[in-house]
Amino acid sequence: MDLEQGKKAVCRVMQLKDKLISLQSVLRVAALLATTAAAVVMGMNKQSYTAVVAIIGTRPVTQTFTTQFKDTPAFVYFVIANAIASGYNLAVLVTRRLLQPRAQSLAVHLLDMVILALLATGSATAASIAELGKNGNLHARWNPVCDKFGSFCNHGVIALVSSFVGVALMLALNLLSAAAKSPHSNVSGQ
Amino acid sequence: MRRIVTAVLRLAAAAAAAVAAVVMATSHQTIFLFGMEVQANFRFTPSLVFFVAGNAAVSVCTMVLLLVPAAAPSLAARLVLMVDVVGVKLKPTETELLLARSYVLGVVLTATAASAGAISDLGKNGNSHAGWMPICEHVPAFCDRVKAALVAGFVAVLLYFLLLMNSILFPSVSMGI
Repeated sequence: MDLEQGKKAVCRVMQLKDKLISLQSVLRVAALLATTAAAVVMGMNKQSYTAVVAIIGTRPVTQTFTTQFKDTPAFVYFVIANAIASGYNLAVLVTRRLLQPRAQSLAVHLLDMVILALLATGSATAASIAELGKNGNLHARWNPVCDKFGSFCNHGVIALVSSFVGVALMLALNLLSAAAKSPHSNVSGQ
Repeated sequence: MRRIVTAVLRLAAAAAAAVAAVVMATSHQTIFLFGMEVQANFRFTPSLVFFVAGNAAVSVCTMVLLLVPAAAPSLAARLVLMVDVVGVKLKPTETELLLARSYVLGVVLTATAASAGAISDLGKNGNSHAGWMPICEHVPAFCDRVKAALVAGFVAVLLYFLLLMNSILFPSVSMGI
């Protein structure tokens, strides 16, 4: 009776372990997709419109106003951070089976923390500049930009949301790795 | 020995975050520009408000964990440490919940420092493409205060991540993260 219960418990633990291995892989693939989408959408973010700025005689003089992500250092950093994070996730997914699992999990866990911090800073920076672009700042005489460049702002918001989802997924990955390391846990690691 | 190191690290991280919040909260300057009185205050920018609020909250949370012993069985202590979260299928233990909370606080701290840094860079250099002029030449005292608060904020982030590593590698010692 006890032996059977013991066997059932072992079976359940093994199932949980398999579920957790696939859970970590699923989370990593999802984080890869989210960060890649954020980097790509923000990287291709560009909008221009032409407006009449003056009328000389009877001929209107038009000027083209262009905005792209490269104009703002915060968005450049956002694209770079998301690109680094997606490259890292891809590398970890590809090399998971090649290295020894024991040595790998500590290095992956530490690098995960670094990439989480990088991604969090990138997203927060871009979010603060996006908020400024949408609302402006009356006291500093900074006018909002989103009313003129609506499509640019919309794409930026999509990229930002995707990056925040990526941050949440990386946080979940980190928590799973950390939980697997604590000695009294019933969460098994990679 | 490890207990002392953990306690010192926790105190240092909480102190750095508190210093950052206080220095940012006391940053304001009033100048006369083109005959009008112009005020620079951290309250006018949501990112700096987030910086103050986030650093204050994280500092308070970390200091509270210093004072409350981790293995205390009383209900008040358990509520403070927020270990009674149930309903998760994996049934995480106390250590894991505290670690999760620590992680979230660390990410929040990083985000506050990053967003305040972005706004400060804009205030110092402006953005010619958007027509946003730099303001630091007009309000230098305000900018210096914000700079100091930002440095303290980044030091707090560094110390907090050291604390996090300490909690992950030596979980038995640093039970009350």
